[in-house]
Amino acid sequence: MKLDTDVRFLETHEWARKEGDEIIVGITDYAQSTLSDIVYVELPEVGDTLSKGDQFGVVESVKAAADVYLPMSGKVVAVNTALEETPELINQDAFGEGWMLRITPTNPGEWNELLDADAYQKVIEEEEAA
Amino acid sequence: MTEPLIYELSSPGREGVKPPQLDVPESALPQGWLREDLPLPEVSEIDVVRHYLRLSQLNYAIDKGMYPLGSCTMKFNPKINEVTARLPGFTGIHPLQHPDDVQGALYVIYTLQEYIKAIGGFAGVTLQPAAGAHGELTGVLIMRKYHLERGETQRDTILVPDSAHGTNPASTSMSGLRVVEIPSDARGNVDLDALRSQVCERVAGLMFTNPNTLGLFEEHMEDVIDIVHGCGGLVYGDGANMNALTGIMRPGDAGIDVMHFNLHKTFSTPHGGGGPGCGAVGVAAHLVDYLPGPIVVLDPNLEEEDDPYFIFHEPPKSIGRVKAFWGHFGIMVRAYTYIRMLGSEGLRRSAEHAVLNANYLLSRIKGVYPLPYDRICKHEFVVEGRFKDAPGVHALDIAKRLIDYGVHPPTNYFPLIVPEALMIEPTETESRQSLDNYADILLKIAQEAHETPDLLHAAPQNAPVRRLDEVRAARNPVLRYEH
Amino acid sequence: MVYIPHTDAERRAMLATIGVADIAALFADIPEKFRYPQLDLPEPLSEMETLQELQFLAGLNLNANTTPTFLGAGAYRHWVPSVVDYVISRGEFYTAYTPYQAEVSQGTLQAIFEYESMICDLTGMDIANASHYDGATAAAEAVIQAYNVFRKKRNKIVLAPTVHPQYRQVIHTYTQGMGLEIVGGDDPTTEIAHLVELVDEQTACLILQTPDFLGQLHDLSGLADAIHARGKDAQFVVITNPISLGLLKPPGDYGADIVVGEGQPLGLGLNFGGPYLGFYATRAQFARQMAGRLVGKTVDIEGKDGYVMTLTTREQHIRRDKATSNICSNQGLMALAATVYMAALGKHGLRKVAELNYHKAHYAADAIDAVEGFAVVRRKPFFNEFVVHCPAPVEEINRFLLEEIEAVEIIGGYDLAQDYPAMANHMLVAVTEMNSRHEIDLLAEALSAFGD
Repeated sequence: MKLDTDVRFLETHEWARKEGDEIIVGITDYAQSTLSDIVYVELPEVGDTLSKGDQFGVVESVKAAADVYLPMSGKVVAVNTALEETPELINQDAFGEGWMLRITPTNPGEWNELLDADAYQKVIEEEEAA
Repeated sequence: MTEPLIYELSSPGREGVKPPQLDVPESALPQGWLREDLPLPEVSEIDVVRHYLRLSQLNYAIDKGMYPLGSCTMKFNPKINEVTARLPGFTGIHPLQHPDDVQGALYVIYTLQEYIKAIGGFAGVTLQPAAGAHGELTGVLIMRKYHLERGETQRDTILVPDSAHGTNPASTSMSGLRVVEIPSDARGNVDLDALRSQVCERVAGLMFTNPNTLGLFEEHMEDVIDIVHGCGGLVYGDGANMNALTGIMRPGDAGIDVMHFNLHKTFSTPHGGGGPGCGAVGVAAHLVDYLPGPIVVLDPNLEEEDDPYFIFHEPPKSIGRVKAFWGHFGIMVRAYTYIRMLGSEGLRRSAEHAVLNANYLLSRIKGVYPLPYDRICKHEFVVEGRFKDAPGVHALDIAKRLIDYGVHPPTNYFPLIVPEALMIEPTETESRQSLDNYADILLKIAQEAHETPDLLHAAPQNAPVRRLDEVRAARNPVLRYEH
Repeated sequence: MVYIPHTDAERRAMLATIGVADIAALFADIPEKFRYPQLDLPEPLSEMETLQELQFLAGLNLNANTTPTFLGAGAYRHWVPSVVDYVISRGEFYTAYTPYQAEVSQGTLQAIFEYESMICDLTGMDIANASHYDGATAAAEAVIQAYNVFRKKRNKIVLAPTVHPQYRQVIHTYTQGMGLEIVGGDDPTTEIAHLVELVDEQTACLILQTPDFLGQLHDLSGLADAIHARGKDAQFVVITNPISLGLLKPPGDYGADIVVGEGQPLGLGLNFGGPYLGFYATRAQFARQMAGRLVGKTVDIEGKDGYVMTLTTREQHIRRDKATSNICSNQGLMALAATVYMAALGKHGLRKVAELNYHKAHYAADAIDAVEGFAVVRRKPFFNEFVVHCPAPVEEINRFLLEEIEAVEIIGGYDLAQDYPAMANHMLVAVTEMNSRHEIDLLAEALSAFGD
């Protein structure tokens, strides 16, 4: 299982990556592996302004639907439209081609509240043990 | 073994059954409003008979063998039910005929309302809801309106145990109320401390399934009901599991305020490949005025010497009707027939044998299949469909392997609080041989899981189709025949 | 004991295996004060006696199938081909349940796929679900779909006053916790154009019926565009009679977003109001906002065609409080009956049935109109049902038709005063292929004898 280290995380299995002034958001490789084959992704509209912790979409497999939450507040500047036709990109490359949206953060300080890779690894271990 | 679609049997110009000839002069058709094409199949009657008969043969059904779907009560559907429901004096009556001309039908509805009141210990019953979930919606709307009428507009929360059927939270949110989930404790009961921490003046009620979806009778039933009543809330009973209790306990006696019954489970009406059902709702005295109208009552203006006469009555604070007309009358006739044949003792013996059968089957496989809560169960039980020393085998594999042995799998992956759940409800109409056969197959499969797991992963091999690609179906939905 | 196969010896052996002394021990966890209540039920009967009792009760009813009947108002007396009951009486269909295990449920699944396809063909829509409880609840779920499409942000619903009064009530019941504003009034003479003017950007949908409750056909051309434009894509919901679609251009061709209705005319008996069948069709883009089950086509691991329930994440068992609806059991067997009906009549037969309904209803309207004192209200074209202005309260006329004519009983039409106070003395008359010319002439004769 892949776990990129240049990103930060939410306990609910979303990741955030800094790229210039923007933040790219997706779900983690661990999240996609527990969901298994992803068949549908619902994303917000470009231009929506959302707060940290808001539900911004849904990721669905055949037997489950997971709400996904925003790691940082911001305005949506792009969504990954490729996921409409090929949601399996998240299964194939959760931290890359499977990105979900791009925001301009309204409160960049929130970055420091996110989990680093070590802390997120512990979250996974706890869930695995349960 | 596959069957083409009926469309693929079509031959241009072929006609099926023939309507009668026109016996009046033609009138001008509204030009410009007419459709150009009606792309339905063009097949003969024998094409239709063979096609649907062949399709029927691809199905498993109660009439073929044991069908122990947990929470669904797949008991024998007595054949007399089908005969009575098809009597021309029942099938041929229009719902809006004058009450004078349908007194026989109104008698059946009235009497079945009375029977269900007696069985559940309730003061009022509506037979209007079409299915269990429809009954739940009815019940939650009744609870909501009850509080509103009393001015307690802040009661916007329904407590739902984490073991509940998915319909409970869905019915709650359709009613415009908020769901708060209550966890289960280590013995599979509602966690009383968690419940106490959530009760407050916002609680409209609790949805309570007892026996719960683990098949276990709530050991603290009275505490649960008292705690909810103590904060001014009402207790809704999910009657999906009533087959464990008929003649054993009346939920109304224990303080359940409102409850739905599934006539297609407890009272033997057929499941029809997914319906129609009937989700009768019983209520305690303080909720009678809120029932969806109309209900059937004895005409209050009758003199003592008059023959009984039945009329429709609109409860004064009714939530409104939940369905057109009076409900699934054809299903009511079947349930009436069943209760008439069993009587009080027969209903009690049914529940007793449903519970006997479940405990017997559980005893036969206990120790082999992990049992999360080791207690006497009621009409069903839940085991884990996984083995520590056979990783890679899942509940789904066990379910599919059961198909290879010619029986129907149990409910799987529900309730959500048990990993790899297999939820087994044999019902009272299975004989000991039938249960032994099912137990033997389950034990054999457990052995295979350790020795030849590939047989499980490849299952079913002895069915009309192999495992189907659900991912493909969901990613690229094909939801109709394309001409 | 009836339906319980256990012998005493088997019971004893089973209790021994469980390790309890008797059956009562299995119920020890139920508080004793509640245990074994005396149920107030009559003594059981044998099968023979039960049948006799129910035959007696059935015999107390006046059978509309075998009586000249002109009563419709949402439930219609149609001819049901023999093959329909033959198929739905097969134990393999009616004693199965929801096709949770697809591999041993291909019969049910494929039949639902065929049903969905035929409903699409009939309505001119892209997708149809596996059924709702009836036309009324399908209409209520359509309103909820529209509400969900706009993420619960639009609260206004425009509901035509000529939608079946019971459907209107059910829509109100279903949505009472949602805080909707339902407008449109209750004057049945309100023009559709006026209703369209009520649509604004807070409107989730406009819902109308054609043929409406009064039997009138509404011209749907241009309505979808007007509603979409005024209401910024507000949904256009059409309730319709499926038999009328054997003849008339389907709502899908006029741009409807959701088409629903009562499927009872498609091969289901009157059955005193149920079980019937709610059909529901919409556009492909709304697949995930639609309630109810859907069956889709796929392949098995060997590449063989097969059918599965799909897009199930919308449903209550997965999505729980966020599901599109709480619906679980639906009208499976009734949908099968409708499928067999549509297949057996097919392309040509359904058209003929629709024409029979149309011509006979128009013949009947002319015949009644010719009776002194009776006048057919002709504001709009109609299909198989129309309104008659009568010289006396409808209840009085209906009693006369049933009781006062020698050797004949006729079940008259529906009394519209029950739903529309301004329509006292207005009777809604339904005519189907089951009404022979003789029955229609008999009705006209009887009406002319009224008041003599």
